[in-house]
Amino acid sequence: MRIEARNIVFGYDKSHNILDGVSLAVQSGERVALVGPSGCGKSTLSQILAGNLRPKSGTVFFDDKPLPERGFCPVQLIYQHPEKAINPRWKLGKTLTEAWDPDDDFLSALGIEKAWLNRYPAELSGGEMQRFCIARVLSPQTKFIIADEVSTMLDVVTQAQIWDVLLRVAKERNIGLLAVTHSVELAARICPRLVEFASL
Amino acid sequence: MTVNTLEVKNLSLAFSMYDKGFVRRELKVISNLNISVSEGEILAVAGSSGSGKSLLAHAILGILPNNAVISGEMLWYGEPLTLKHQRKMRGRELTLVPQSVTYLDPLIRVGRQVSRNKATVHKLFDRYHLDGGVARQFPHELSGGMSRRVLISAATSGNPKLVIADEPTPGLSLHLAEHAMKHFRELADNGAAVLLITHDLELAIRFADRVAVFYAGTTVETANASDFADENALRHPYSRALWRAMPQNKFAPTAGTQPYAGRLPDGCLYAPRCALCTPECKAAPPESRIIRGGEVSCYHAD
Repeated sequence: MRIEARNIVFGYDKSHNILDGVSLAVQSGERVALVGPSGCGKSTLSQILAGNLRPKSGTVFFDDKPLPERGFCPVQLIYQHPEKAINPRWKLGKTLTEAWDPDDDFLSALGIEKAWLNRYPAELSGGEMQRFCIARVLSPQTKFIIADEVSTMLDVVTQAQIWDVLLRVAKERNIGLLAVTHSVELAARICPRLVEFASL
Repeated sequence: MTVNTLEVKNLSLAFSMYDKGFVRRELKVISNLNISVSEGEILAVAGSSGSGKSLLAHAILGILPNNAVISGEMLWYGEPLTLKHQRKMRGRELTLVPQSVTYLDPLIRVGRQVSRNKATVHKLFDRYHLDGGVARQFPHELSGGMSRRVLISAATSGNPKLVIADEPTPGLSLHLAEHAMKHFRELADNGAAVLLITHDLELAIRFADRVAVFYAGTTVETANASDFADENALRHPYSRALWRAMPQNKFAPTAGTQPYAGRLPDGCLYAPRCALCTPECKAAPPESRIIRGGEVSCYHAD
Protein backbone atom coordinates (compact mmCIF):
# COMPACT_ATOMS: atom_id res chain seq x y z
CA MET A 1 0.00 0.00 0.00
CA ARG A 2 1.12 3.54 -0.60
CA ILE A 3 -0.12 7.07 -0.47
CA GLU A 4 0.86 9.38 -3.26
CA ALA A 5 0.24 13.04 -3.95
CA ARG A 6 0.55 13.88 -7.65
CA ASN A 7 1.08 17.44 -8.89
CA ILE A 8 -0.81 19.12 -6.10
CA VAL A 9 -1.61 22.79 -6.69
CA PHE A 10 -3.17 24.80 -3.89
CA GLY A 11 -3.59 28.47 -2.95
CA TYR A 12 -5.94 30.45 -0.78
CA ASP A 13 -6.37 33.21 -3.38
CA LYS A 14 -6.49 33.11 -7.15
CA SER A 15 -3.26 34.92 -7.92
CA HIS A 16 -0.89 33.08 -5.61
CA ASN A 17 -0.28 29.38 -5.09
CA ILE A 18 1.29 28.03 -1.91
CA LEU A 19 1.76 24.59 -3.40
CA ASP A 20 2.63 24.47 -7.06
CA GLY A 21 2.92 20.99 -8.50
CA VAL A 22 4.00 19.15 -5.37
CA SER A 23 4.41 15.36 -5.53
CA LEU A 24 5.26 13.01 -2.69
CA ALA A 25 4.84 9.28 -2.02
CA VAL A 26 5.01 7.30 1.21
CA GLN A 27 4.91 3.49 1.41
CA SER A 28 3.11 1.72 4.22
CA GLY A 29 5.49 0.93 7.03
CA GLU A 30 7.74 3.79 5.95
CA ARG A 31 8.50 6.78 8.18
CA VAL A 32 9.27 10.09 6.51
CA ALA A 33 10.11 13.45 8.11
CA LEU A 34 9.13 16.60 6.23
CA VAL A 35 11.15 19.70 7.11
CA GLY A 36 11.17 23.28 5.83
CA PRO A 37 11.00 26.92 6.96
CA SER A 38 7.80 28.21 8.60
CA GLY A 39 5.11 29.37 6.25
CA CYS A 40 6.30 27.25 3.29
CA GLY A 41 3.17 25.09 3.11
CA LYS A 42 3.99 21.98 5.13
CA SER A 43 0.74 22.09 7.10
CA THR A 44 -1.28 22.84 3.97
CA LEU A 45 0.17 19.78 2.27
CA SER A 46 -0.58 17.70 5.38
CA GLN A 47 -4.21 18.73 5.28
CA ILE A 48 -4.48 17.90 1.58
CA LEU A 49 -2.91 14.47 2.10
CA ALA A 50 -5.48 13.67 4.77
CA GLY A 51 -8.35 14.87 2.60
CA ASN A 52 -9.18 17.82 4.86
CA LEU A 53 -8.52 20.32 2.08
CA ARG A 54 -9.32 19.87 -1.60
CA PRO A 55 -6.48 20.89 -3.92
CA LYS A 56 -7.06 23.26 -6.88
CA SER A 57 -5.66 20.55 -9.09
CA GLY A 58 -3.81 17.29 -8.65
CA THR A 59 -4.93 14.20 -6.77
CA VAL A 60 -4.04 12.23 -3.68
CA PHE A 61 -3.96 8.49 -4.40
CA PHE A 62 -4.37 5.83 -1.77
CA ASP A 63 -3.57 2.36 -3.01
CA ASP A 64 -3.61 3.77 -6.59
CA LYS A 65 -7.21 4.97 -6.17
CA PRO A 66 -8.21 8.55 -5.32
CA LEU A 67 -8.68 9.12 -1.58
CA PRO A 68 -12.23 8.05 -0.56
CA GLU A 69 -14.50 11.03 0.01
CA ARG A 70 -16.96 9.24 2.28
CA GLY A 71 -16.59 7.02 5.29
CA PHE A 72 -13.48 6.52 7.38
CA CYS A 73 -10.44 8.03 5.72
CA PRO A 74 -7.48 5.61 5.89
CA VAL A 75 -5.15 8.62 6.00
CA GLN A 76 -5.50 10.39 9.34
CA LEU A 77 -4.05 13.75 10.35
CA ILE A 78 -2.88 14.68 13.83
CA TYR A 79 -3.20 18.42 13.96
CA GLN A 80 -0.68 20.95 15.22
CA HIS A 81 -3.17 22.59 17.59
CA PRO A 82 -5.15 19.97 19.55
CA GLU A 83 -7.49 22.61 20.96
CA LYS A 84 -8.66 23.33 17.40
CA ALA A 85 -9.20 19.68 16.51
CA ILE A 86 -11.56 18.70 19.33
CA ASN A 87 -15.23 19.60 19.66
CA PRO A 88 -15.29 21.94 22.68
CA ARG A 89 -18.86 20.96 23.56
CA TRP A 90 -18.24 17.22 23.71
CA LYS A 91 -16.78 15.39 26.65
CA LEU A 92 -13.54 13.77 25.65
CA GLY A 93 -14.92 10.25 26.03
CA LYS A 94 -17.33 10.96 23.19
CA THR A 95 -14.60 12.50 21.04
CA LEU A 96 -12.46 9.42 21.52
CA THR A 97 -15.10 6.75 20.93
CA GLU A 98 -16.43 8.50 17.84
CA ALA A 99 -13.51 6.91 16.00
CA TRP A 100 -13.10 3.59 17.81
CA ASP A 101 -13.13 1.98 21.23
CA PRO A 102 -9.60 1.66 22.59
CA ASP A 103 -9.06 -0.66 25.58
CA ASP A 104 -7.68 0.43 28.95
CA ASP A 105 -4.14 -0.77 28.30
CA PHE A 106 -3.95 1.35 25.19
CA LEU A 107 -5.16 4.43 27.07
CA SER A 108 -2.72 3.96 29.91
CA ALA A 109 0.16 3.51 27.45
CA LEU A 110 -0.67 6.98 26.13
CA GLY A 111 -0.95 8.32 29.67
CA ILE A 112 -4.68 9.03 29.44
CA GLU A 113 -6.45 8.84 32.78
CA LYS A 114 -9.93 7.36 32.96
CA ALA A 115 -11.22 10.45 34.77
CA TRP A 116 -10.38 12.65 31.76
CA LEU A 117 -13.01 10.89 29.65
CA ASN A 118 -15.68 12.76 31.59
CA ARG A 119 -14.08 16.17 31.16
CA TYR A 120 -14.54 18.90 28.62
CA PRO A 121 -11.53 19.96 26.51
CA ALA A 122 -11.25 23.33 28.30
CA GLU A 123 -10.44 21.47 31.52
CA LEU A 124 -7.35 19.79 30.08
CA SER A 125 -3.96 21.14 29.11
CA GLY A 126 -2.73 21.14 25.51
CA GLY A 127 -0.54 18.11 26.12
CA GLU A 128 -3.41 16.16 27.63
CA MET A 129 -5.68 16.99 24.69
CA GLN A 130 -3.00 15.96 22.22
CA ARG A 131 -2.94 12.48 23.77
CA PHE A 132 -6.64 12.14 22.88
CA CYS A 133 -6.02 13.33 19.34
CA ILE A 134 -3.37 10.64 18.97
CA ALA A 135 -5.44 7.87 20.57
CA ARG A 136 -8.30 8.82 18.28
CA VAL A 137 -6.39 8.41 15.02
CA LEU A 138 -4.86 5.07 15.97
CA SER A 139 -8.04 3.21 15.07
CA PRO A 140 -7.50 -0.19 13.41
CA GLN A 141 -8.79 1.22 10.11
CA THR A 142 -6.01 3.81 9.89
CA LYS A 143 -3.31 2.97 7.34
CA PHE A 144 -1.37 6.24 7.20
CA ILE A 145 -0.71 8.93 9.78
CA ILE A 146 0.26 12.51 9.05
CA ALA A 147 1.73 14.06 12.21
CA ASP A 148 1.94 17.84 11.86
CA GLU A 149 4.19 19.25 14.61
CA VAL A 150 2.41 17.05 17.11
CA SER A 151 4.82 17.48 19.99
CA THR A 152 6.12 21.07 19.86
CA MET A 153 3.78 22.19 22.64
CA LEU A 154 4.86 19.38 24.95
CA ASP A 155 7.68 18.95 27.41
CA VAL A 156 10.36 16.50 26.32
CA VAL A 157 9.22 13.68 28.62
CA THR A 158 5.70 13.78 27.23
CA GLN A 159 7.10 14.12 23.72
CA ALA A 160 9.16 10.95 24.13
CA GLN A 161 6.17 9.15 25.67
CA ILE A 162 3.88 10.02 22.79
CA TRP A 163 6.37 9.11 20.08
CA ASP A 164 7.12 5.84 21.82
CA VAL A 165 3.47 4.80 21.44
CA LEU A 166 3.09 6.20 17.94
CA LEU A 167 6.16 4.41 16.61
CA ARG A 168 5.28 1.15 18.34
CA VAL A 169 1.75 1.08 16.92
CA ALA A 170 3.00 2.13 13.49
CA LYS A 171 5.43 -0.77 13.48
CA GLU A 172 2.90 -3.32 14.76
CA ARG A 173 0.30 -2.44 12.16
CA ASN A 174 2.64 -1.50 9.34
CA ILE A 175 1.29 2.06 9.27
CA GLY A 176 3.04 4.67 7.10
CA LEU A 177 4.01 7.91 8.82
CA LEU A 178 4.72 11.41 7.56
CA ALA A 179 6.01 13.66 10.35
CA VAL A 180 6.27 17.42 9.94
CA THR A 181 8.79 18.94 12.34
CA HIS A 182 11.16 21.85 12.92
CA SER A 183 13.48 19.85 15.10
CA VAL A 184 16.30 18.13 13.27
CA GLU A 185 17.14 15.99 16.30
CA LEU A 186 13.57 14.77 16.60
CA ALA A 187 13.39 14.00 12.88
CA ALA A 188 16.60 11.97 13.10
CA ARG A 189 15.12 9.99 15.99
CA ILE A 190 11.82 9.08 14.45
CA CYS A 191 12.35 8.88 10.69
CA PRO A 192 14.93 7.09 8.55
CA ARG A 193 14.00 9.23 5.51
CA LEU A 194 14.16 13.04 5.55
CA VAL A 195 12.50 15.16 2.86
CA GLU A 196 13.17 18.89 2.41
CA PHE A 197 9.97 20.67 1.46
CA ALA A 198 11.81 22.79 -1.12
CA SER A 199 12.82 19.64 -3.03
CA LEU A 200 9.24 18.52 -3.65
CA MET B 1 28.04 39.72 45.84
CA THR B 2 25.36 39.79 43.21
CA VAL B 3 22.02 41.26 44.14
CA ASN B 4 18.89 39.14 43.86
CA THR B 5 16.52 41.07 41.64
CA LEU B 6 13.68 38.75 42.48
CA GLU B 7 13.33 36.06 45.05
CA VAL B 8 10.29 33.84 45.36
CA LYS B 9 10.05 31.85 48.59
CA ASN B 10 7.58 29.06 49.33
CA LEU B 11 5.04 30.43 46.91
CA SER B 12 1.73 28.63 46.82
CA LEU B 13 -1.13 29.48 44.56
CA ALA B 14 -4.65 28.14 44.55
CA PHE B 15 -7.80 28.96 42.67
CA SER B 16 -10.93 29.18 44.71
CA MET B 17 -13.82 27.62 42.83
CA TYR B 18 -17.45 26.80 43.45
CA ASP B 19 -17.89 23.09 43.51
CA LYS B 20 -21.57 22.35 44.04
CA GLY B 21 -23.96 25.12 45.01
CA PHE B 22 -22.22 27.40 47.45
CA VAL B 23 -19.56 24.92 48.48
CA ARG B 24 -16.18 26.42 47.72
CA ARG B 25 -13.01 24.49 47.27
CA GLU B 26 -9.46 25.47 46.60
CA LEU B 27 -7.59 23.98 43.70
CA LYS B 28 -3.90 24.13 44.42
CA VAL B 29 -1.82 24.73 41.30
CA ILE B 30 1.52 25.89 42.72
CA SER B 31 2.97 24.61 45.98
CA ASN B 32 6.19 25.49 47.84
CA LEU B 33 7.88 27.02 44.86
CA ASN B 34 11.28 28.65 45.25
CA ILE B 35 13.27 30.57 42.66
CA SER B 36 15.61 33.51 42.64
CA VAL B 37 17.14 35.46 39.80
CA SER B 38 19.88 38.04 40.17
CA GLU B 39 21.25 40.96 38.16
CA GLY B 40 23.08 39.79 35.07
CA GLU B 41 21.56 36.35 35.16
CA ILE B 42 19.31 34.35 32.85
CA LEU B 43 17.29 31.80 34.77
CA ALA B 44 15.51 29.29 32.59
CA VAL B 45 12.34 27.71 33.89
CA ALA B 46 11.78 24.33 32.28
CA GLY B 47 9.48 21.49 33.13
CA SER B 48 6.33 19.64 32.31
CA SER B 49 3.42 21.18 30.46
CA GLY B 50 0.84 22.46 32.91
CA SER B 51 3.31 22.70 35.81
CA GLY B 52 2.43 26.33 36.58
CA LYS B 53 5.22 28.11 34.69
CA SER B 54 2.99 30.76 33.16
CA LEU B 55 1.07 31.17 36.41
CA LEU B 56 4.33 32.02 38.15
CA ALA B 57 4.96 34.73 35.56
CA HIS B 58 1.49 36.14 36.08
CA ALA B 59 1.91 36.03 39.87
CA ILE B 60 5.14 38.04 39.65
CA LEU B 61 3.41 40.65 37.50
CA GLY B 62 0.27 40.68 39.65
CA ILE B 63 -2.07 39.90 36.76
CA LEU B 64 -3.72 36.75 38.10
CA PRO B 65 -7.51 36.47 38.05
CA ASN B 66 -9.44 37.53 41.17
CA ASN B 67 -10.11 34.04 42.44
CA ALA B 68 -6.39 33.31 42.87
CA VAL B 69 -5.19 32.88 46.45
CA ILE B 70 -1.46 33.45 46.93
CA SER B 71 0.68 32.65 49.94
CA GLY B 72 4.42 32.83 50.43
CA GLU B 73 6.87 35.61 49.74
CA MET B 74 7.98 37.51 46.68
CA LEU B 75 10.92 39.87 47.25
CA TRP B 76 12.05 42.58 44.83
CA TYR B 77 15.62 43.63 45.69
CA GLY B 78 14.96 42.29 49.19
CA GLU B 79 11.72 44.26 49.69
CA PRO B 80 8.27 42.64 49.55
CA LEU B 81 6.77 42.97 46.10
CA THR B 82 3.34 44.48 46.65
CA LEU B 83 0.51 45.06 44.22
CA LYS B 84 1.24 48.78 44.33
CA HIS B 85 4.82 48.09 43.32
CA GLN B 86 3.78 45.72 40.59
CA ARG B 87 1.35 48.25 39.13
CA LYS B 88 3.99 50.93 39.10
CA MET B 89 6.74 48.83 37.60
CA ARG B 90 5.09 46.51 35.13
CA GLY B 91 5.60 47.50 31.54
CA ARG B 92 8.63 49.54 32.62
CA GLU B 93 11.03 47.83 35.00
CA LEU B 94 9.12 44.57 35.04
CA THR B 95 8.17 43.34 31.58
CA LEU B 96 6.59 40.27 30.07
CA VAL B 97 6.94 38.58 26.71
CA PRO B 98 3.56 36.83 26.77
CA GLN B 99 3.10 33.27 25.65
CA SER B 100 0.21 33.91 23.33
CA VAL B 101 0.41 36.24 20.35
CA THR B 102 -3.14 37.37 21.13
CA TYR B 103 -1.76 39.78 23.74
CA LEU B 104 -1.27 42.45 21.06
CA ASP B 105 -4.06 45.02 20.85
CA PRO B 106 -5.82 44.28 17.55
CA LEU B 107 -6.83 47.90 17.01
CA ILE B 108 -3.46 49.60 17.42
CA ARG B 109 -0.64 49.60 14.90
CA VAL B 110 2.17 47.41 16.22
CA GLY B 111 4.84 50.12 16.17
CA ARG B 112 2.94 52.15 18.76
CA GLN B 113 2.48 49.06 20.91
CA VAL B 114 6.24 48.63 21.12
CA SER B 115 7.11 52.23 21.97
CA ARG B 116 5.90 55.77 21.31
CA ASN B 117 9.41 56.71 20.37
CA LYS B 118 9.78 56.02 16.65
CA ALA B 119 13.56 55.81 16.81
CA THR B 120 13.36 53.07 19.46
CA VAL B 121 10.86 51.12 17.39
CA HIS B 122 13.04 51.46 14.34
CA LYS B 123 16.12 50.27 16.19
CA LEU B 124 14.37 47.24 17.68
CA PHE B 125 12.64 46.21 14.46
CA ASP B 126 15.92 46.50 12.64
CA ARG B 127 17.49 44.19 15.14
CA TYR B 128 14.74 41.59 14.66
CA HIS B 129 14.81 41.87 10.86
CA LEU B 130 11.35 43.35 10.73
CA ASP B 131 10.71 45.58 7.78
CA GLY B 132 10.24 49.33 8.38
CA GLY B 133 6.65 49.04 7.14
CA VAL B 134 5.73 46.50 9.81
CA ALA B 135 5.45 49.28 12.43
CA ARG B 136 2.44 50.63 10.54
CA GLN B 137 0.69 47.28 10.25
CA PHE B 138 -2.01 45.89 12.50
CA PRO B 139 -1.49 42.62 14.43
CA HIS B 140 -3.73 40.55 12.13
CA GLU B 141 -1.42 41.31 9.21
CA LEU B 142 1.55 39.62 10.88
CA SER B 143 2.57 35.95 10.83
CA GLY B 144 3.09 34.03 14.09
CA GLY B 145 6.84 34.51 14.00
CA MET B 146 6.54 38.24 13.28
CA SER B 147 4.09 38.79 16.15
CA ARG B 148 6.49 36.95 18.41
CA ARG B 149 9.30 39.33 17.43
CA VAL B 150 7.05 42.36 18.00
CA LEU B 151 6.23 41.09 21.50
CA ILE B 152 9.91 40.62 22.29
CA SER B 153 10.66 44.13 21.02
CA ALA B 154 7.91 45.59 23.20
CA ALA B 155 9.20 43.89 26.34
CA THR B 156 12.76 45.05 25.76
CA SER B 157 12.06 48.60 24.57
CA GLY B 158 12.66 50.37 27.89
CA ASN B 159 15.29 49.57 30.47
CA PRO B 160 13.72 46.62 32.20
CA LYS B 161 15.23 45.28 35.41
CA LEU B 162 13.44 41.97 35.02
CA VAL B 163 12.24 40.50 31.74
CA ILE B 164 9.93 37.51 31.99
CA ALA B 165 9.86 35.72 28.66
CA ASP B 166 7.07 33.15 28.55
CA GLU B 167 7.81 30.74 25.69
CA PRO B 168 9.27 33.42 23.42
CA THR B 169 10.52 31.15 20.64
CA PRO B 170 7.83 28.85 19.15
CA GLY B 171 7.21 29.74 15.52
CA LEU B 172 10.67 31.25 15.18
CA SER B 173 13.33 29.55 13.10
CA LEU B 174 16.41 28.43 14.99
CA HIS B 175 18.31 31.41 13.66
CA LEU B 176 15.74 33.93 14.93
CA ALA B 177 15.39 32.12 18.23
CA GLU B 178 19.13 32.33 18.78
CA HIS B 179 18.97 35.98 17.87
CA ALA B 180 16.37 36.62 20.57
CA MET B 181 18.44 34.65 23.08
CA LYS B 182 21.50 36.75 22.32
CA HIS B 183 19.45 39.87 22.91
CA PHE B 184 18.38 38.54 26.33
CA ARG B 185 22.02 37.76 27.09
CA GLU B 186 22.95 41.34 26.19
CA LEU B 187 20.23 42.73 28.46
CA ALA B 188 21.49 40.53 31.27
CA ASP B 189 25.07 41.63 30.71
CA ASN B 190 23.83 45.20 31.14
CA GLY B 191 22.43 44.38 34.57
CA ALA B 192 18.93 43.09 33.92
CA ALA B 193 17.63 39.78 35.19
CA VAL B 194 15.88 37.46 32.74
CA LEU B 195 13.40 34.74 33.57
CA LEU B 196 13.11 32.51 30.54
CA ILE B 197 10.17 30.14 30.58
CA THR B 198 10.60 27.50 27.90
CA HIS B 199 10.06 23.94 26.71
CA ASP B 200 13.09 24.17 24.52
CA LEU B 201 15.66 22.67 26.86
CA GLU B 202 18.38 22.75 24.27
CA LEU B 203 18.12 26.52 23.85
CA ALA B 204 17.80 27.01 27.62
CA ILE B 205 20.95 25.05 28.32
CA ARG B 206 22.93 26.99 25.75
CA PHE B 207 21.91 30.49 26.81
CA ALA B 208 20.83 30.40 30.45
CA ASP B 209 23.05 30.46 33.53
CA ARG B 210 20.84 28.27 35.66
CA VAL B 211 17.82 26.10 34.99
CA ALA B 212 14.91 25.68 37.41
CA VAL B 213 13.03 22.45 36.77
CA PHE B 214 9.29 22.55 37.54
CA TYR B 215 7.03 19.60 38.12
CA ALA B 216 3.34 19.78 39.08
CA GLY B 217 3.64 23.33 40.40
CA THR B 218 6.80 23.07 42.42
CA THR B 219 10.53 23.44 41.82
CA VAL B 220 12.18 20.05 42.04
CA GLU B 221 15.66 21.24 41.19
CA THR B 222 17.64 24.35 40.34
CA ALA B 223 20.78 23.34 38.50
CA ASN B 224 23.57 25.12 36.70
CA ALA B 225 22.97 25.03 32.96
CA SER B 226 26.25 23.17 32.53
CA ASP B 227 24.91 20.29 34.68
CA PHE B 228 22.68 19.34 31.77
CA ALA B 229 25.73 18.19 29.83
CA ASP B 230 25.73 14.99 31.85
CA GLU B 231 22.83 13.00 33.29
CA ASN B 232 24.78 12.17 36.45
CA ALA B 233 25.47 15.82 37.24
CA LEU B 234 21.71 16.35 37.66
CA ARG B 235 20.21 15.80 41.08
CA HIS B 236 16.50 15.10 40.81
CA PRO B 237 14.99 12.00 39.13
CA TYR B 238 12.65 14.20 37.09
CA SER B 239 15.51 16.36 35.77
CA ARG B 240 17.23 13.14 34.75
CA ALA B 241 14.05 11.95 33.07
CA LEU B 242 13.98 15.22 31.11
CA TRP B 243 17.59 14.71 30.11
CA ARG B 244 16.96 11.16 28.96
CA ALA B 245 13.87 12.22 26.99
CA MET B 246 15.69 14.80 24.86
CA PRO B 247 15.87 13.62 21.23
CA GLN B 248 19.62 14.26 21.11
CA ASN B 249 20.17 12.10 24.19
CA LYS B 250 18.19 8.88 24.62
CA PHE B 251 14.65 9.89 23.63
CA ALA B 252 13.49 7.62 26.46
CA PRO B 253 9.92 8.04 27.75
CA THR B 254 8.83 7.82 31.39
CA ALA B 255 5.55 6.09 32.17
CA GLY B 256 2.64 7.89 33.82
CA THR B 257 1.45 11.49 33.92
CA GLN B 258 1.85 14.51 36.10
CA PRO B 259 -0.70 14.49 38.96
CA TYR B 260 -3.70 16.67 38.32
CA ALA B 261 -4.19 19.78 40.46
CA GLY B 262 -6.76 18.94 43.11
CA ARG B 263 -5.56 15.37 43.45
CA LEU B 264 -1.93 15.89 44.40
CA PRO B 265 -0.23 13.16 46.43
CA ASP B 266 0.62 13.92 50.09
CA GLY B 267 4.33 13.35 49.77
CA CYS B 268 6.75 14.12 46.98
CA LEU B 269 4.80 15.11 43.86
CA TYR B 270 7.02 13.00 41.64
CA ALA B 271 6.73 9.87 43.84
CA PRO B 272 4.05 8.10 41.74
CA ARG B 273 6.39 8.02 38.71
CA CYS B 274 9.73 7.77 40.48
CA ALA B 275 11.92 4.67 40.33
CA LEU B 276 13.64 5.63 43.58
CA CYS B 277 10.39 6.06 45.53
CA THR B 278 10.38 4.78 49.13
CA PRO B 279 7.70 5.00 51.89
CA GLU B 280 9.37 8.14 53.17
CA CYS B 281 8.71 9.89 49.83
CA LYS B 282 5.00 9.12 50.05
CA ALA B 283 4.67 10.40 53.62
CA ALA B 284 5.81 14.02 53.34
CA PRO B 285 7.21 16.29 50.64
CA PRO B 286 11.01 16.62 50.79
CA GLU B 287 12.59 19.92 51.85
CA SER B 288 14.84 21.76 49.46
CA ARG B 289 18.53 21.03 50.04
CA ILE B 290 21.75 22.27 48.52
CA ILE B 291 23.75 19.51 46.89
CA ARG B 292 26.79 19.98 44.65
CA GLY B 293 26.01 23.67 44.18
CA GLY B 294 22.39 23.20 43.15
CA GLU B 295 19.09 23.13 45.00
CA VAL B 296 17.09 19.92 44.96
CA SER B 297 13.97 18.61 46.67
CA CYS B 298 14.50 14.87 46.89
CA TYR B 299 15.27 12.51 49.77
CA HIS B 300 17.51 10.39 47.59
CA ALA B 301 19.67 13.02 45.93
CA ASP B 302 23.35 12.93 46.77
